[in-house]
Amino acid sequence: MGGKSEPAKSESMATKPDLLNTSFFSFKSLKLKTKQQELLLRISILGLVYILAFIARLFSVLRYESMIHEFDPYFNYRTTLFLTEKGFYEFWNWFDSESWYPLGRIIGGTLYPGLMVTAALIYWTLRFLRFFVHIREVCVLTAPFFASNTTLVAYFFGKELWDTGAGLVAAVLIAICPGYISRSVAGSYDNEAVAIFALLLTFYLFVKAVNTGSLAWALASAFGYFYMVSAWGGYVFIINLVPLYVLVLLITGRYSMRLYIAYNCMYILGMLLAMQIRFVGFQHVQSGEHMGAMGVFLLMQVFYFLDWVKYQLNDTKLFQTFLRITVTSAILVGGVAVGVGTASGYISPWTGRFYSLLDPTYAKDHIPIIASVSEHQPTAWSSFMFDYHILLFLFPAGLYFCFKRLTDATIFIVMYGLTSLYFAGVMVRLILVATPAVCLISAIAVSATIKNLTSLLRTKQKVSQTGSTKGAGSSKASSKVTLDQSQPFQKNGAIALLVGVFYLLSRYAIHCTWVTAEAYSSPSIVLAARGAHGNRIIFDDYREAYYWLRQNTATDAKIMSWWDYGYQITAMGNRTVIVDNNTWNNTHIATVGRAMSSYEDDAYDIMRSLDVNYVLVVFGGVTGYSSDDINKFLWMVRIGGGVFPVIKEPDYLVNGEFRVDKGASPKMLNCLMYKLCYYRFGELTTEYGKPPGYDRARGVEIGNKDIKLEHLEEAYTTSNWIVRIYRVKPPTNRL
Amino acid sequence: QDLQIVNAERRIDLSSHIVKAFLTLKVENIGKDPAAEMLLAFPPTQIKNLAMVQALATTGKKKKKTYLPLDVKPTEQPDAPNDTGYYRVTFISPLGPGETVSLEVLYILTHSLEPFPVEITQSESQLVYYHDSAVILSPYHVKQQTTFIKTPSTRVESFTSIEPANRAGKEIKYGPYENRASYSYTPVIIHFENNSPFAVVEELVREIEISHWGSLQITENYRLTHGGARHKGVFSRVDYQSKRSVSGASSFNALLAVLPPRVNSVYYRDEIGNISTSHLRTGFRKSELEFEPRYPLFGGWSATFIIGYRVPLEDYLFEASDGRRYLNFTFGCPLVETIVNKLTIKVVLPEGSKDPSAVLPFTVNQELQVKYSYLDIVGRTVVVLQKDNVVPTHNVPFQVYYTFKPIYMLAEPFMLVSAFFLVFVASLAYVHIDLNIVRK
Repeated sequence: MGGKSEPAKSESMATKPDLLNTSFFSFKSLKLKTKQQELLLRISILGLVYILAFIARLFSVLRYESMIHEFDPYFNYRTTLFLTEKGFYEFWNWFDSESWYPLGRIIGGTLYPGLMVTAALIYWTLRFLRFFVHIREVCVLTAPFFASNTTLVAYFFGKELWDTGAGLVAAVLIAICPGYISRSVAGSYDNEAVAIFALLLTFYLFVKAVNTGSLAWALASAFGYFYMVSAWGGYVFIINLVPLYVLVLLITGRYSMRLYIAYNCMYILGMLLAMQIRFVGFQHVQSGEHMGAMGVFLLMQVFYFLDWVKYQLNDTKLFQTFLRITVTSAILVGGVAVGVGTASGYISPWTGRFYSLLDPTYAKDHIPIIASVSEHQPTAWSSFMFDYHILLFLFPAGLYFCFKRLTDATIFIVMYGLTSLYFAGVMVRLILVATPAVCLISAIAVSATIKNLTSLLRTKQKVSQTGSTKGAGSSKASSKVTLDQSQPFQKNGAIALLVGVFYLLSRYAIHCTWVTAEAYSSPSIVLAARGAHGNRIIFDDYREAYYWLRQNTATDAKIMSWWDYGYQITAMGNRTVIVDNNTWNNTHIATVGRAMSSYEDDAYDIMRSLDVNYVLVVFGGVTGYSSDDINKFLWMVRIGGGVFPVIKEPDYLVNGEFRVDKGASPKMLNCLMYKLCYYRFGELTTEYGKPPGYDRARGVEIGNKDIKLEHLEEAYTTSNWIVRIYRVKPPTNRL
Repeated sequence: QDLQIVNAERRIDLSSHIVKAFLTLKVENIGKDPAAEMLLAFPPTQIKNLAMVQALATTGKKKKKTYLPLDVKPTEQPDAPNDTGYYRVTFISPLGPGETVSLEVLYILTHSLEPFPVEITQSESQLVYYHDSAVILSPYHVKQQTTFIKTPSTRVESFTSIEPANRAGKEIKYGPYENRASYSYTPVIIHFENNSPFAVVEELVREIEISHWGSLQITENYRLTHGGARHKGVFSRVDYQSKRSVSGASSFNALLAVLPPRVNSVYYRDEIGNISTSHLRTGFRKSELEFEPRYPLFGGWSATFIIGYRVPLEDYLFEASDGRRYLNFTFGCPLVETIVNKLTIKVVLPEGSKDPSAVLPFTVNQELQVKYSYLDIVGRTVVVLQKDNVVPTHNVPFQVYYTFKPIYMLAEPFMLVSAFFLVFVASLAYVHIDLNIVRK
């Protein structure tokens, strides 16, 4: 892309000699025209990229329908609906009795409201402009809309880091990068939809503030940070990376008043604004994760003080003594303060999730609830190739160019790239955070390379002109022949390399489109398969079950299920759940895990104590759906066993192996989860040539085909058996 | 008593959950004065479930029979015994002394089949009670009469026997009875099997939005329930799949909607998204939409859904001789063989329409509302028609008249053009305005 802007300049330079012979007016007119051409070209490219980023994310809407995907987004949709109907004040004070029965949940104080408020504002704006859209459409398209806005921020950021060409390349790369598309397709109404935009905007504004020393830009970055804090818990990355970056600048002797103004304003105002978010509260002054930022802030004051003292004192020797005393005192005071704060409990230690970022094995040993989430697992190398493609090779090349031209801005992008890539290796979900950095650094590589190659083409013309001028003298004839001989090889080499670059970029575009269409555009609520004649078969069992609950159960019915389905049951089924995806109360989830892992009699007592009316399980044995509750069952055991020692994982294994066939452990064959999933499944023939009770998800014949339920009865099973709902019977009278 | 019924034959069809009764009456004027009308009597248990009454006068014989519709209206009599309800039938021309006339009366009853047992399990068939009288309730003397009752299957648990009465196959015959005095009533109860779909639309809101840009958008919000015996206990998917005729005989999951011809952009969804079980067959006479609710409907279960479609405007909007425009559309419910407990039809007129009025062949409640849609400023007038207890026989055309000035059609283009104009003006201003304090 950058190369497209170069020919205009080349043309301008080529015609320069002729302009010397024309009037001044003509020269000025042509110069303006060139600038206008470049501006038009740039705006056109940005416009196309804006549209491209939006439509590339609409595969799911075109294939299925305009709907919310996954699990968490249903809670976000439900709260947004509440906000648009009741207003912000009610939203802020909302106590939700339909979640976490019998505990309930204080919604306003336990969520990041940025996403909901953004969607509500868009909705109200459209209504004001007389576009009477449904709130669902706004929610579904919020993520693609902010992806488009992110491309603009990437352009300005690239322009600030390197040049306009790099900005344009960065915008194109990030528009279609699978690492970003994975969390921003239409229907993925989750916090990351607006958070990545806010993250990149905050970084851009801060780098701009550092480069200019302008208070206005620093103020803007503080507000960008505020927006980020309101949208996603990943803001912790910003509040640690920025001070780390400032620290590196200080260590490398790059302290300046620009840096001082930028960081002070951004940190103080950003912190004060962040405290307005109830979920964050006073964490900036009480939480261990936020102490680094405060430390660097204080260190910045020390630097300013020392700089002033140095200015005041003319004696170098005296200053060195003063410096030694000051540094020692500052370290002592800081150490004592942190020690006292931590010991007294005022400063809270690092959270488990933070520890698992630093130590990938921490969660598995200490917090099974975190380890049980698939997107919290360490990243496989194939995921990097899948999500980045050629950017993996352009990234180190971009780092090389950044080190060649080391400025405050390039130091930032290098640090951002390296730290985010490390964290992306620890937790697969954080590939999303690393994507903007990888795209920007790769864009620098692409832009610089193309610029160098095209400059070779321009050099030939210069030499040609010089040659023709010198050709007038007969004594220079031999020299001209020599120059002409060297040009073809350089030119041909440059052309070949340019073709190679564009080929790689086109392969990247093809890969991104394929990944988006095949891997990242499934709602996961609606499953699709190919029939025997190639026709498309829709499995809509989830909605079938949720809608059955919505229409045919009492409005105050309590549904017990694994927490994966909690948000969907409240949003689509409109029923009260025991646990949901918020996972804020480990004991409550462990209680459900214990109920699922226990024998029916013990489970019945637990369900009675929780006022459970229906139990919902997800079962993939008929369809081969592998994300069902049997495959999640061991996590229920680990989480339940983490709180209740009566539940022991070895009880459900045979020689350390998880089985559901005849060789399974007796505890496994008779626990509640097994009985509910496989109830009357033994009578069903699922596959031609296999015996009845053949589980297609696990490829075995089940071990207990004659299941009898005593305290529950089958209330509803969906068409393809994916969701099964059981009614808890009232206790029988014992005489 | 000026009139008497010489011969009466009644055929009652119980094969669906909608009871259809056909009365063939031969009426004679035995008084001295001409009779302009006669009365039809119904017991109080039937009058509240009476969805429709139609009467035709027949002349000629066999192949040359002709039918003339008669005016039928509900009425009240001061001396009605036992809260009897009445409908008045007005003859085309008064019946002279000694003359006779042949009438055919069709009346439709809803919610008249009482499930018994009230609750059934998955593997049980649905049995229902039907309450009626062996003789026709009438304010006139009936010289001779016969009643035939048809059931959906041969399984009849029991029926009241009033001699002479007998049962053959799917038919029960009462009578003939002779010389029954006025207001004779002999209760009978029939207990029989009926597994036909008891599809009851608790509430249907049909919205017909008129757009003068060329199309009619119809949106139908259904609340559908199985009005039969309530489902009790276990629902077993194994039994439902493998022995559907035994485990699930009384349930239904396939429905058919008859839509207008030339429909397009048909969708079928509910509150949580699209429902993927539907097929559409289009034709030049009508279109048929086969669809299933998300789950099979057992007794007491319910489902809500939305069906929407678009039809060309020129098929339904016309201009009257007085310059007014009128919409000509079908009343009632597109679903086949359903009862609608409460039907609301909202005709959304374009912005700027005035003086709306509705013309229907039967009585409905009417009111006006205002609705806002895309690019509306003052809002659109909505004509709201509401009627209870609607059956498929109510699917007849109705008209909505209104006045409209074509100039109002330009409001929306003008609005959009103005918006773009303002954007460009703002761009020009932004480019040319210089807010710098110091000129560079």
